[in-house]
Amino acid sequence: MSGPFRTPSGGRIDRAAPLSFTFDGARYVGVAGDTLASALLANGVHLVGRSIKYHRPRGILSAGAEEPNALVTVIRDGGRVTPNLRATQIELYDGLVTVSQNRWPSLHHDVGAIAGCFSPLFPAGFYYKTFMGPRWLGSNWAWTRVYEPLIRRAAGLGRAPTSPDPDHYASRYAHCDVLVVGSGPAGLCAALAAAQAGGRVILCDEQSEMGGSLLSETTAIVDGKSALDWIADKIDLLSSQDRVTLLPRTQAFGYFHDNFIALAERVTDHLANPDPASPRERLWQVFAKQVVLATGAIERPLMFPDNDRPGIMLAGAAHTYLERYGAKPGHRAALVGSHDTIYRAALALARQDVVIAGIFDNRSHPDSDLIPLAREAGITVTTGATIIGTSGRLRLSKVRLGVLSDDGSARDAGDLACDHLLMSGGWTPSVHLFSQSRGKLAWHPDKQAFLPARSHARVWSAGTCAGDNELSEVIENGFAAGENAARAAGLMARPRVAVAVENAQTLNGGSLGELPHPNRHSRKMAFVDFQNDVTSEDLKLAVREGFQSIEHVKRYTTTGMATDQGKTSNMNALGIMSSQLNIPLPDVGLTTFRAPYTPVTFGTLAAHSRGDLFDPIRRTPIDSWAQDNGAVFEDAGPWKRARYFPKAGEDMHAAVRRECRIVRSAVGVLDASTFGKIEVVGPDASEFLKRLYVNDFRNLEIGQCRYGVLLNEAGFVIDDGVIGRLAESTFHVTTTTGGAARVLHLMEDYLQTEFPDLACWLTSTTEHWAVIAVQGPKSRDALAPLVEGIDLGKASFPHMSLAEGKVAGVPARVFRVSFTGELGFEVNVPADYGRSVWELIWQEVCLYDGCAYGTEAMHVLRAEKGFVIVGQETDGTVTVGDLGFGWAVGKQKQDFVGKRSLSRSDMIKADRHQLVGLQTVDPKIVLEEGAQITIESSSTAGAAALGHVTSSYWSDALGRSIALALVSGGRKRRGERLHVPMPGGAIEVVVTAPVFYDPKGERLGG
Amino acid sequence: MLLIRCPHCEMERPEIEFRYAGEAHIVRPPDPAAVSDEAWADYLYMRANPKGLHAERWRHIHGCGRFFNAVRHTVTDKILKTYKAGEPKPDLGAFATSADR
Repeated sequence: MSGPFRTPSGGRIDRAAPLSFTFDGARYVGVAGDTLASALLANGVHLVGRSIKYHRPRGILSAGAEEPNALVTVIRDGGRVTPNLRATQIELYDGLVTVSQNRWPSLHHDVGAIAGCFSPLFPAGFYYKTFMGPRWLGSNWAWTRVYEPLIRRAAGLGRAPTSPDPDHYASRYAHCDVLVVGSGPAGLCAALAAAQAGGRVILCDEQSEMGGSLLSETTAIVDGKSALDWIADKIDLLSSQDRVTLLPRTQAFGYFHDNFIALAERVTDHLANPDPASPRERLWQVFAKQVVLATGAIERPLMFPDNDRPGIMLAGAAHTYLERYGAKPGHRAALVGSHDTIYRAALALARQDVVIAGIFDNRSHPDSDLIPLAREAGITVTTGATIIGTSGRLRLSKVRLGVLSDDGSARDAGDLACDHLLMSGGWTPSVHLFSQSRGKLAWHPDKQAFLPARSHARVWSAGTCAGDNELSEVIENGFAAGENAARAAGLMARPRVAVAVENAQTLNGGSLGELPHPNRHSRKMAFVDFQNDVTSEDLKLAVREGFQSIEHVKRYTTTGMATDQGKTSNMNALGIMSSQLNIPLPDVGLTTFRAPYTPVTFGTLAAHSRGDLFDPIRRTPIDSWAQDNGAVFEDAGPWKRARYFPKAGEDMHAAVRRECRIVRSAVGVLDASTFGKIEVVGPDASEFLKRLYVNDFRNLEIGQCRYGVLLNEAGFVIDDGVIGRLAESTFHVTTTTGGAARVLHLMEDYLQTEFPDLACWLTSTTEHWAVIAVQGPKSRDALAPLVEGIDLGKASFPHMSLAEGKVAGVPARVFRVSFTGELGFEVNVPADYGRSVWELIWQEVCLYDGCAYGTEAMHVLRAEKGFVIVGQETDGTVTVGDLGFGWAVGKQKQDFVGKRSLSRSDMIKADRHQLVGLQTVDPKIVLEEGAQITIESSSTAGAAALGHVTSSYWSDALGRSIALALVSGGRKRRGERLHVPMPGGAIEVVVTAPVFYDPKGERLGG
Repeated sequence: MLLIRCPHCEMERPEIEFRYAGEAHIVRPPDPAAVSDEAWADYLYMRANPKGLHAERWRHIHGCGRFFNAVRHTVTDKILKTYKAGEPKPDLGAFATSADR
């Protein structure tokens, strides 16, 4: 027998399939079809958790996704620990291991419960009021060091797992004509109607089994069948159609623009032995032409003192546990509420021999067909009655009754013994997804509910989420929504076959806000938000303190801000606000519904984008050689670049010093393949480049290159690079490593939209060429033996030349360019030959005792020469003038991108930050990049900085530190002494020209 | 995610294939040198920021690579029309009723 509280028959469980599980180490037996919650109830376990703030014992409140109390941790193995799962949604499997949360040392004896005795210290906003430290410690000291850590330890949910998640998660896109969310009677009918119209239909439901409320419906006869048989028929019909996708265990959690819906499918969490090849969860991103929301309704708790003891449950939930899961909530029930759900629950419990101690209807004159039935069954029904208190430390033992008077007060009417109390304050339509679709909600006073009104999305709502009540109405409107959606999706709806519903119970009623009780100012707490421990008193206090907007009250009291996002509490909170502010409920306003509807794992959201797939890495054709030769890499955008090649015993500084020395004295090779490359081709190619770059390219001879600077239209430098002319109408343009995509995008923009008259084509060739920079006084000697068809001689191939030929037998474009200030070449070969050509060049380089150098040495060498790096010396506010590149601007050019901006008044101010060199007075000090520059050695607070250090290195060639900086009016400050304030005191520097090494450029001509 | 119809490919493609490129129908002055500082600043920086219909540029960057224009409602994010760059700006008033429905 799977628990003493299991009914002998009925429900959607298989009593012949026992499943063993543990909760907090105790072993229990449930059956197939159970949730953890139903299995615990069948074993008589109600105490499942402790509340977040007061550590109050809590039981199972609901039977669905809205559960605020019964949060547990499921443990599969080391890395598979999932906290904060709702016991009402955890499907039982054999060997399931679960533990409760937020208690120490145990659920039954929780030291933290002492917090409940100090509850007056924790009113709404207590963390703003109580935990102020002595002022002399500083404003935040006590909070960050003492109070916050203490509170964080005492309050909380489950612990996050500490090891990496071993599971994998899938993600897919899907398109459909109609997406139906929710498979209760309305959703089923909508899916049927849309499927009959021939549409591609996706029907998803958060539960393991489709059918929604009908799964616990035992009285109604639909089309002459029991509800369960009718569901089975319809599911068969839907699953036989290949245009219909049924997704159980799938929560629609987000409704985004343009009918883009996110679904989270739980694929393996319900299995005892999941296939390791299967993803744990799957994210569905659905483009739905039309959406039907059939998301149902959520029952509201009642607010009376001590309404949160284990054993107090929603009446509809108890009905579900009994009829669907065959689990009785106890032996002796009391029921209280303002909605007829309590009668349905009482009648069902009585049929299973649960003693009904009494039904206490808040309404003075309830009018339900079920009342005479209840009385016939021998149940005492008291109207105009309420509950004003409860007892029982870890489980409800008795309730205190109250009699409601016409003036709205309540009078004590004595105790009643019971082991569970079922309550119903009515049902709140689940309009979360509709609201997320940017739909407007309208208040319906007759139904005391916010219901879907106008939406910008292509969405239809049907069933109880749209305010339908009777089953026949739900089915009718479900079909209608499916037909409307199909028609709106361009399909032809088929004539409908009427569905006959007999014997369905009609349930009415409901209330919002707190119930009256005589002990108004006692310490008894009536909880509104169970998960965040917010009481009715907290809300009233917030109103007394002057809060009027629900958005403010929500944040001040934290009501509705727990992981359940107030599914059971929001309407009651509005009810209290409404009565406290004495304004109609719809005037209080409604907080915004946001995705996700229920918590979604990070795994599902990340899906495949983790580990190696998180962010793609780009590697050059020569990368493997650098790895083989011990390079240390750095990130340059998405690229990995070799930063330096340390020899045994060398740190970075030693390696970089050696690499710089060898390049200046012999020869070094650098993998420059990451530089962006764009082939610009066409009769108007030179005209196009002329219009884009500050330089003039029309007079560039074939076989020559030029350093090009690119501005944006606002006149600021955004990229630079060498541009070579291969033929009359062919240019080889290089860009910075990080700027390649951006520059191509900008070029395409101008070519397509501003200069469509130009005949010119752009092709990204970044990955087509491997680029090997050979630099240093011996570079020609090292390279020449491998070169065919190009005379590298001083006169025939001068600085800034370009030629096509062969290198190591491979077709190549060879540039004579230098980013080091030395004689240098850059060899471009097709990417597939990159490593083999590199290795042949490397052999030659070794003959001259050369080296491979990385980006760090490249930076030092270029800084010694004052060569800027766009993005390091520039930050989007630097002009060509600021860099001292006025010479590059084509004076004859009437226009180029950014030219007009160069004459704006701000662009020609004398105090603009200009590129200068800085030399520390103490040559051993290397400045920090980004450090500010001031005139005074001890600047007063608030004094403006003159500029900042952009690059700073130790220069082996000069035997001292060097720096580049942007300094206000810098070019006129040469020779001035300035200061770089640092925590250890200001560093004195002298302003110099930005070229430190070989200022006349004599080495270039070698 | 939006589905956007590329007027060059003549098909609906997912938003991740596209890149937004700012307000449409802002013409670069043919002779910038002849434009006053104020007018040039307007051209550089001043943009409409309507609550409602907005003609804007998109590029099918991971598709055909072409720039085109779209009329989008900034409240609903609905794209009501896409058309090739260079085609005249549509009469936004004609869309108002359908977008505000």
